[in-house]
Amino acid sequence: MNEKHIMTMLVDNEPGVLSRVVGLFSGKGFNIESLCVAETMDSKVSRITIVTKANTEVLEQIEKQLRKLINVIKLRDMTGPKAVKREMALICVHAKPEHRAEILRIVDIFRCNVVDVGLEHYIIEVTGDAAKLTALLNLLKPMGIKKIARTGPIALYREPK
Amino acid sequence: MIRKGSQILMEVLQEEGVETIFGYPGGVVIDIYDQLAKTDIRHILVRHEQGAVHAADGYARASGKVGVCLVTSGPGATNTVTGIASAYMDSIPLVVITGQVPTHLIGNDAFQEVDIVGITRPCTKHNYLVSSTAELARTVKEAFYLARSGRPGPVLVDIPKDVSNSEAEYRQLKDVKLKSYNPTYQPNIKQLRKVVELIRSAERPVVFAGGGVILSQASQELTEFARKTQIPVTTSLMGLGAFPGSDPLWLGMLGMHGTYRANMSIGACDLLVSIGVRFDDRVTGKTDVFAAQAKIVHIDIDPTSIRKNIPVAIPVVGDCKISLSQLNRLIDEIDLTDVPRKRQDWLGQIERWKGTNPLAYKQCDLIKPQFVVEKLYELTRGEAIITTEVGQNQMWAAQYYHFDRPGHFITSGGLGCMGFGLPAAIGAQVACPDKLVVDIAGDASIQMNIQEMATAVENCLPVKIVILNNNYLGMVRQWQELFYDKRYACTYMNHSPNFVKLAEAYGAVGLKATKPQEVESVLAEGLSLPQPVIMEFEVDKEENVYPMVPAGAPITEMLLA
Repeated sequence: MNEKHIMTMLVDNEPGVLSRVVGLFSGKGFNIESLCVAETMDSKVSRITIVTKANTEVLEQIEKQLRKLINVIKLRDMTGPKAVKREMALICVHAKPEHRAEILRIVDIFRCNVVDVGLEHYIIEVTGDAAKLTALLNLLKPMGIKKIARTGPIALYREPK
Repeated sequence: MIRKGSQILMEVLQEEGVETIFGYPGGVVIDIYDQLAKTDIRHILVRHEQGAVHAADGYARASGKVGVCLVTSGPGATNTVTGIASAYMDSIPLVVITGQVPTHLIGNDAFQEVDIVGITRPCTKHNYLVSSTAELARTVKEAFYLARSGRPGPVLVDIPKDVSNSEAEYRQLKDVKLKSYNPTYQPNIKQLRKVVELIRSAERPVVFAGGGVILSQASQELTEFARKTQIPVTTSLMGLGAFPGSDPLWLGMLGMHGTYRANMSIGACDLLVSIGVRFDDRVTGKTDVFAAQAKIVHIDIDPTSIRKNIPVAIPVVGDCKISLSQLNRLIDEIDLTDVPRKRQDWLGQIERWKGTNPLAYKQCDLIKPQFVVEKLYELTRGEAIITTEVGQNQMWAAQYYHFDRPGHFITSGGLGCMGFGLPAAIGAQVACPDKLVVDIAGDASIQMNIQEMATAVENCLPVKIVILNNNYLGMVRQWQELFYDKRYACTYMNHSPNFVKLAEAYGAVGLKATKPQEVESVLAEGLSLPQPVIMEFEVDKEENVYPMVPAGAPITEMLLA
């Protein structure tokens, strides 16, 4: 059965490395649901976070193939409660006069921020796990969502308590 | 020391023990060639860059060293892609050096610019675009290290013209270490003990060896292992020669055109010890019934090969040679006195399979291609290095030339690349000047890189080419006959050159046989000559390769004639 998996890898921060990772997915017919890349504290190393849907056998292949890439330094499966996951989204929602107060209440309840205001719209910044984002989107849908940009999740393993 | 990039490149190549480079000059590599001419490194000027890569491939397989190519940017680089892809599929250690336009022009669609690093990313083990002269030495060193270590493979180094032309400080580098690359050579001993346990209890074991055994030079260990445990051995196409073809435990090749007894024994075995293989679809046929009764052990240095196509009971990640010698040591600790008695039934069954459907063909008044290969085997006493093109010629070579030693069968296994055999033979002949090197070819595939005849003649490389001429793209025609109601769409090759005259035009010798009685004399004469020879055999046009497992069928369901 295909299940969602989230994996992060530390890679050399060099031109072409992302292309190797992504090319491996497309060349071997694996799937990418979301992808996040940015530099770490060490400017020579970047962290890539990928969400993929795969069954156990395919997941094993994906992980082995990624580890085989010379520029992949470390790879970790972040699926499950041992890792903290967060995703950010910017949501541009229609804000007609009769809805403006309601939208702000929702923003307040979800502890989001309004980062841009116009006569007919708000842009809302939200951070949270996938469930929180879905809940917020469901509530905003009736007002009319104009545009949305999501980062896809990033993850870090929890340190021992 | 301050050195020019091209000088630094030569320093590193010499440190790495490079003696021969196969290549073709062009605009952006003139500096490199200028320096190359000042060294002792031999350069073989090919006639097409694809030939350079196949030649380096043949050289690497015959010598066990890293094969090296040098070509220019743009078309020079793109022409190497097929050769690189073939070497990648067969895990052959190559370093391919391509010139690139100067760094300030990269991305500008400059003359002869192509993103060869992007193009070859999925068919190299790794590749580099060198961005400064200061990085050149380390990069080339890494390329050699990556090419030959772990699971070997081709590595491409793209060098812009200004990088080879500018100066930088050069210091000899000792070791190469990569934090993210650390192949596992030592197998897990606990896993090996489980393997020994399975061997002890198995009633119908089979060993299945592949190209990994040849690459890690583990043939001796494999032979010792099989004889000690009395386990019969089959190999993939790439594994031919890993186990002596004249040994009583030899089953013949496995797979689509494998022997009856090899394929049947896979269907019946209760333990399959697979070593240095990757379970290609040409070997497994229908995967869910492949070795269905067997516990499968898989020893390989590349973890991605394990459980990629076939579920495995005992995975062992490690070098084939080290794993086999450790297995042999563990086996020495157990009592083996009752092994011959225990194996009697199983080896008896295999002997019966061997008797029922041996490799065979019917003689007639036309030359049978199998007969040519058999005669070649006899006349060379099985000692020649055989390269092949791809198709029927390749399968008949695999079936009817029996390989007792590794490194003597050089074929494009994974990619199945027509046009491989002649340049590969040239490379093998450079590596082994005293050996007889024979390319077993078809009339179609020989024409894919026929221009390399000039390379052979120019460099006095006395390769012998046996063309089994059936005027067809024979293997495709065979599929059309068997699965497409004999609709021979576009596989009849009506016009080929006169190969005898063609050989002469290149300054080589051309010989031809049209009747079975002439086969031996043509071969004997051709093989005895000190220069390159094309021997053409007009063979039975519609002869097929049997046994044959239709694509996707279980390998025990063979068409036998």
